[in-house]
This record gives sequence, structure tokens and C-alpha cells, in this order.
Amino acid sequence: MTRHTDDDAEGAGRTNEASGGCGDCGCGEPSPGVPEAGRDEQPSVFVPDEGEIPETDAADAPDPTRADGAGAADRAATDGGVESASGGTDSTELDPDAYDPVDVFPGGDLDLREGADSCYKCTSCDTSCPVAEVDDEFPGPKFQGPEQWRLKRKDDHDIDESITSCSNCMRCDDACPSSVPLSQMHNEARGQFVERQMEKLSVEYVRNRILANYRTSASLASKFPRTASFAMNFGPARWAMEKVMGIPKERDFPEFATETFREWWKARGGAQVENPDKRVAYFHGCYSNYNTPEVGKAMVRVYEHFGYEVMVPPQKCSGTPMFANGMLDDARRHAETNVENLVEAIGDGADVIASCTSCSMSLRQEYPELFDLHGIEDVAEHTFEALEYLRIHEDLEGELDAAGGLDDERAFAYHAPCHARNQGLSRQAVETFRDVDGVKMEDVGDSCSGISGTYGWKEEKYEKSMEIGAEMFEHMEDAEGEVGMTECPTCAMQMEHGTGYEIEHPLQLLEDTLGA
Amino acid sequence: MAITSDVLVIGGGLSAVTAAVSAAREGADVRLVSHKASTLRQASGLIDALGYVPATEPAKPLRDGPPTAGRELDPDEWPDPEGPLADPFEGIDRLPESHPYRIVGSDALREGLALFDDLVGDAYRGSHTDRNALVPTFGGAVKPTARYPAAAEAGLASDHRPMLVVGFRSLTEYDARAFAGRLEAAGVPFDVAGAEVEFAEAFRADAKITRLAKALDHDEEIDGVPAREALAKAVAPHLHDAVDADGGVERVERVGFPAFLGDDRGGEVRDELADRLGADVFEIPMGPPSLPGLRLEDRLFDALDAEGVRFETGNPVVGVESASDGRVEAVAVDRKGRTAPYGADAFVLATGGLVGKGLDSDREGVREPVFDLHVDQPDDRYEWFVDDAFGDQPYARFGVRPDERCRPTDADGAVQYENVFAAGGVVGGADAAREKSASGVSLATGLAAGRQAATEANQ
Repeated sequence: MTRHTDDDAEGAGRTNEASGGCGDCGCGEPSPGVPEAGRDEQPSVFVPDEGEIPETDAADAPDPTRADGAGAADRAATDGGVESASGGTDSTELDPDAYDPVDVFPGGDLDLREGADSCYKCTSCDTSCPVAEVDDEFPGPKFQGPEQWRLKRKDDHDIDESITSCSNCMRCDDACPSSVPLSQMHNEARGQFVERQMEKLSVEYVRNRILANYRTSASLASKFPRTASFAMNFGPARWAMEKVMGIPKERDFPEFATETFREWWKARGGAQVENPDKRVAYFHGCYSNYNTPEVGKAMVRVYEHFGYEVMVPPQKCSGTPMFANGMLDDARRHAETNVENLVEAIGDGADVIASCTSCSMSLRQEYPELFDLHGIEDVAEHTFEALEYLRIHEDLEGELDAAGGLDDERAFAYHAPCHARNQGLSRQAVETFRDVDGVKMEDVGDSCSGISGTYGWKEEKYEKSMEIGAEMFEHMEDAEGEVGMTECPTCAMQMEHGTGYEIEHPLQLLEDTLGA
Repeated sequence: MAITSDVLVIGGGLSAVTAAVSAAREGADVRLVSHKASTLRQASGLIDALGYVPATEPAKPLRDGPPTAGRELDPDEWPDPEGPLADPFEGIDRLPESHPYRIVGSDALREGLALFDDLVGDAYRGSHTDRNALVPTFGGAVKPTARYPAAAEAGLASDHRPMLVVGFRSLTEYDARAFAGRLEAAGVPFDVAGAEVEFAEAFRADAKITRLAKALDHDEEIDGVPAREALAKAVAPHLHDAVDADGGVERVERVGFPAFLGDDRGGEVRDELADRLGADVFEIPMGPPSLPGLRLEDRLFDALDAEGVRFETGNPVVGVESASDGRVEAVAVDRKGRTAPYGADAFVLATGGLVGKGLDSDREGVREPVFDLHVDQPDDRYEWFVDDAFGDQPYARFGVRPDERCRPTDADGAVQYENVFAAGGVVGGADAAREKSASGVSLATGLAAGRQAATEANQ
């Protein structure tokens, strides 16, 4: 199937076999829930005509109603006419009259009026915005969200270009006492700006597209990891990149691993634990695969330590860098693959676990907010961050206590990523390790690291990015630990860039402290 | 169920923090969960206790018959409130019996304030006396308050020194000359002048106060001049703007700014400005967005950390997960679509009132959404309010009705859950806006509820 890259090939065969869908047979029949090549060009709200529901599709459906194709077609409006694999609430209890399908492209604007109406202009979002704090030209989330949304109700109003200065840290969501969907509004406005107003041949667009599609570059680079690591950081090449592409020469490109996580997973023979009662599907994301496979390995070992069967479904980019650059079409294309494969894993009884807090944020919040794909609500509801999930389901403290801690004391300067903050996870690492012998972890405060994914990778934003990060660097230097810790790969880049510290992921420390 | 604690505090404002710390100091293992970033960032940063005792009886008897709903048919009238009170403790006895202060007692207020003093250290003033201080706020009103930020100290209205108030055209919510005029009209015992100066114009017209604060914190250069120096230079020509009673020119001895004088390094910024201006410098508490509120939030959450309280922000508590024998065993926390149970031996509900969304309302009624606790209210929606906007509005006192241990009761006065306690805005009975008592109620009930919850959990 064309959407699987070679790297995913080992999983692709399994998918096709399990779904038995007609998407691969080339018969041209639209098959809800089983995207096929070319579906990207189809209307996003996919409504099959009655009678087009292929019966073969019932094979992977535990819900008996799905065997009845005509019955499913009745509720076609929002989920492609297919009951969810796992019985997610929105899909099974769907009331077609009460449910208003939302999608960004090409089905028109999201209906965000309720969100706009909920704004009572307290400006809490503006005071929480790390960009507004350093950038005189950025009017802040209150304008970018509810105010701009109102302004563009009329066709003759363009989206203000300043939307491209929003770094999508989503702190405004967390700050809003009225639950205005600010980041959703920003994502929509940014998507429209890029689609309708941005010059597609401009250096900025091309640069942003490349940054947003990190997975593509990383996938290529990992074919020749050593060469790529050298070439990407080769002085004259960096000078040229800044001049031609607007990628700041100050930044070091991350090293590519000589063995990707997926290569390791395959070489090890996949899961070492089988347990139909405790299954998780690991969404490793791009960075743990291409750059820091040790994080992915730690995830696998820790979860297997707790008796989980780990699945590693085929997957693409979570979309986070694409949302931040308004590349919603790209994000959607990747989302289709992710949702398709994760829904299948959920059908096998798995919850979805991400080790990157931006990936988990995307699957949980941005996916259902922006895309109307079959099963996307199920994916959102079944997704958790790795440490979060263990804290909910396992006696992590007792287990850590029993393990006895580290022999040689280690101290860490921990930074909570903005996207962790929005999932209520900003304190979990510090609290998990607080009572572990031999571990000292300090929270370096609530400031944003400043890199916000691709934001700090843009030449014109580099200085602002470092200014936002200054407070964190300062607090890291003050902290006792000489090793940084965070869940977010780009925060880690920024932490390393600003302090020279080595940066670890909490899962790595969990692996060490559990002796997993 | 893996997420447990002795005491679970629900909320992120002043009462929640107070309850969490006071429970922790009783030896309980405490966890605090709040839906959104703390609402302290919307607070002025002033800690009021009791500024006024409003009348609870109308000036003339209320008319009989159906409510007129503002149709100007014989509208009701209410007397002005008594105050400003010199001593908040002295007014407590004159509050209605259902007032939270009457239920938890004035000692709880006293201890709550003491706990607050301990948590904020030298960042606040006012602990030397029981008496209220009079602090000018950005509308030009003077607010009786029990504690105030050190940054506001030089601005007290009881101080006789002449004052200059500085404003900026781009800060539209605040007009320095109107402010000075209103202070003068209020009869303050000092001469005051207002001046609009050129400084914030170097930034974009709607620059955020956080942007201005950051520029001052870092002393960023503005057109080649460091920000603090630039601000002092802009103000200097107005130091003789005040006019004394005889019409003579008077050099001011204190200069007030909107509250944006630095975030992390406020003291340093004020000291440098004071040095350059040869006058004391103070901040005027603002409406939201409020830097004094943000600074208070930072201090209190650092204090939570120091007290060993676990806390998380970002996910709402949406209901009771399990309960038996009149006790709640666990509440449900919504983690982006899926709920997780949070178990505890005792719970403190500190989710705020109607504005803070601890109470939910529609045309049918007013509800407490987490535990579905009883909220006392007239059946007829037209009896939720009176005609006089400044009268004794029934809705202002909506909330849960606690017993003497801060446990919410049902319509018959029976305790609803043995191990659920309430604190802050969700507690009814106070008209915080008219009384100027919101912070004090939060401290007093927070302290009491936290202690009671710890006691319950320790049993």
C-alpha cells in the first residue's frame, strides 16, 4: 500500500491481512475506514452511498451492527458510516441530528462560534503567551483566536500574517478559564493563511514545509546516518542553509541513530511479552525512531517489565510540526495512516502510548479537533503518555520503592514541556522520582523552553526563541543536576543548545531505577 | 486504582492552596488537581478580609407580588454598606449567621492570614496589624484590604506624601489623570497628579503587560537606552506636577505605576526607578491580566512544592467515581476524553463560585457539578436577584452550605458526604464583591477545610 514507507513495510503486510479491506485490491470501491491511495483528494467528510459498504469490512468489527451494511450507512455523516472498532463513545452513541461534523479542509471552516462566544476577554491567554512576552509584533492569542475568528466571518478579511508567529505551544489553552479552544482557532487560522495567502514558491513556505515534514528528511538521513549527521552540521553547509533556507546556523542538527528504533524492534523479534489482557500500541513518533531510539527501547523494556505486550504499529508523523506550520493537508495525510493503524490496535485491546508529549497531545486533542476521520475519537480517548499510563494503572511508587533506587546518586534538571502541561503532566516526572533513592530532580520552573518544535528552527525566530528560553537556561544552571530531563525532543534540543547538558527522557531513568 | 492520596484538593486558587498546605501541615499526604492554570493570575494580588458590612435589609420594605424583572415598577432600594471598616474582625459579628466567617469563626480568618503571611514572606505587607490598609486600585477607588504586595506599599491612601500617578496611552484600561481625579474626589489626605508619559509607545500599541515587564526585568535597550532609564526619563519632567492646597508647585515624593514593573525582578526594578526619580515607587494593582496575581501564583505554587503537596493542572474533576456509606472513595478526572479515578480518604472542594465555574447555572437552576452538592436557591428564577444592582443580590450568596466542619449539607441540613469539605468561592453565604471579603473567606475556609480533611483522613 503506497502510504506505507519502506520503513513501515513489515507492519504493512500485517495491516492488510488483518483488515481484509478492499482498499488494497485495487477494485476502486471506496472502503470506509480503510484509506486507499487517492483518498487524500476525496472530500474529507466521507459519506458512502447506501449499499457501498463492503461486507468484508465486518471481519475486524466486534460490533454486530457492523455486519449490517445498510444499518451502518444510516449514520454515515460523521464517521464514514462505520461503527468504531472499540465502541468509543462518540461513535457508538452518535446522534446524527445533534452532531455537527467538523473538518478543516476542504469541508469549510470549523464552527468555533461557541468558543468565540465563551471568551470574556480576561486576557489570561495573553499573559501566558511566551511569544507575546518577547515579540513586540505578535498580538497574542486573544487576537489570534477569538478576535480573528470573528473578523474573518466576513470574506474580505485576510488572516493576519502574525498567525505564523504563534509557536503552537498551546499554553493559552491551559490558561483560559473559559475553555475557549484557542489552539484549535490558531490551527485553523494558520492553515487557512498558509493555504490561501502564503506564496507557495517562497523560501519561507518551502523551509517551513521541510521543517514540518521532519519525518521525510529524517527517514532519508537515517539511510546514511553518519554521513547525514556530519553533513547536516558541516559549517559551510550550515552557512548556506541559513542564507538560502533561513535555518539558523547556530543550531546543531540532531544526530541520527545508526540503528533506528524500528530496526532494533525488528532485529529483536518484536514483543518479548505476550499478554492479551495488557496490551499497548507504542506511538514512538519520528524522533525516538530516527534520533533517540534509546527512549523507545526504554519504553519497551519498562512496559515489558510491567507485563505489557507492546505493539509497534506502522505510523507516520503525529502532525505536531505540521500544525505549527499550517500544513494541515500534510498533517491529515499522516493522520490517516496513524488513525487507521491505531484503531486496529485498539480493536486488539491496546491503549496507545506515546513517549513524546507533543505526539500524545496531537493524538488526544488536535486530531479530533481538526480532522473527521473514522475512529479518530477512539484514538484520542485511548491515547496516553507513557509515564502517565503507568501512574494510572500500576503501583509505580511501590515498584520503585521495591527496586531500591540508584547506587550512584544522579541529579537532574527537569523541564516540563508546554504540551505536557496541557495534559496535566507537568509535575509527574518530578513527583514519580521524588522519593526514589539516589535520584535528585529539580523542576526548573514553568517557563517555555522557547523552541516550540520548529519555531526556534527558523532564522527569523531564533533570537526570540533563545530569549524565551533564557529563564529556563538560567534555572537549569542553578539546579544541582548537570543532566537535563524532559519528555519533548525539541525541548531537549533547546536545553542542550542553551546549556550544553546531556538530556534524558524520564523513561530512561525509569528503566534504570526499575532495573528493567 | 493507582492515584491516591490522603487528601485530594480540587481547585487551583487561593482557597485550594490554603487547604492543601494546611492539610499537609497536619501530616496528610496531599494532592491538588486543578482544571486550568490558577485563577490567581486574574486576581489583583490584594488580600482582603472584610472591608464593608452590606445591608441585608432593604431601605424600604420589598413590594409584594411577582418580581418586576427590571421594569421600573416600584423598584427596591438598598442602603449603602457600612464601611470602609477599620478592623475586619470587628465587623464579623454583624454578618448574617449563614456567612462563612460566622460558621468557621474569626480565629480561622486570623490563622488563615497567618498561614498566608508565612507562605509569602516579605513579598507582602500588612501583617503587623489587624487593621485594614487603604490601597488605591486602578479605577481610582480605594480598597480596604488586610494584606497587600510590598510593591504597593508606598501607594497607601493613608500616607500624606504627595503622589504622581503615571499612565501610558497604550494601556487603555487605565487613565492616570482620571485616576488622580477620582482619588482627589474621594478626599485623600495628599496632593495627587496624573500624567501620561511616552514610554510604552516604544512597543506596539497593544503590547502585553508581560512584554513591558520582561523589558524592565532584563533592562532591555529601547532606542539605545536601557528600559529602566528610559522609563525614569519619561517620568522625570512630571515630578513637579502636583499642586498643593495653596496652588503652589510641589515635588512628589512617591510615584505610582500600573503594575508592570518587572516580573521576576520587581524589587530591583522599583529600587532603580526610585533611585533615579528620587521618590518612592509603587505599583497600582490592576484588573486582569495581573502581574501581582501572577507573582502570587508563583509564590504559592512554590510553597506547595516546598510543603510536599503533589499538584497537577490541566485536567478537570468531572464527578464522583465511587462512593459508599455516605463517603466518597474516588472522583473521576477527565484526562482528555478518558476518566481516571483519583482516590482519597478526604476531599476538599475549592473550585470557586459562579465566575470561577465551581458553580454551574442555566435558566433551570444552579448546580455544583463535581459532587452534585446542594445549592440553596429560590425556585423562581426571578427571585435570584433584586432590582438595585448594588443591593443584596441573592445570587451573590449562592453556594454550598457547610456545617461547622466545612462539610456541605443538603436541603435539610444533613451532611451530604462525611469526607467532603468545601472552601472558598464555592461556599455560599458571603457577598464577597460587596463585602470585599473574597480572599479572607478563601483563607479562613481553606484553612478550616484543609485541617478537617486531614483530621478525617488521619482517622
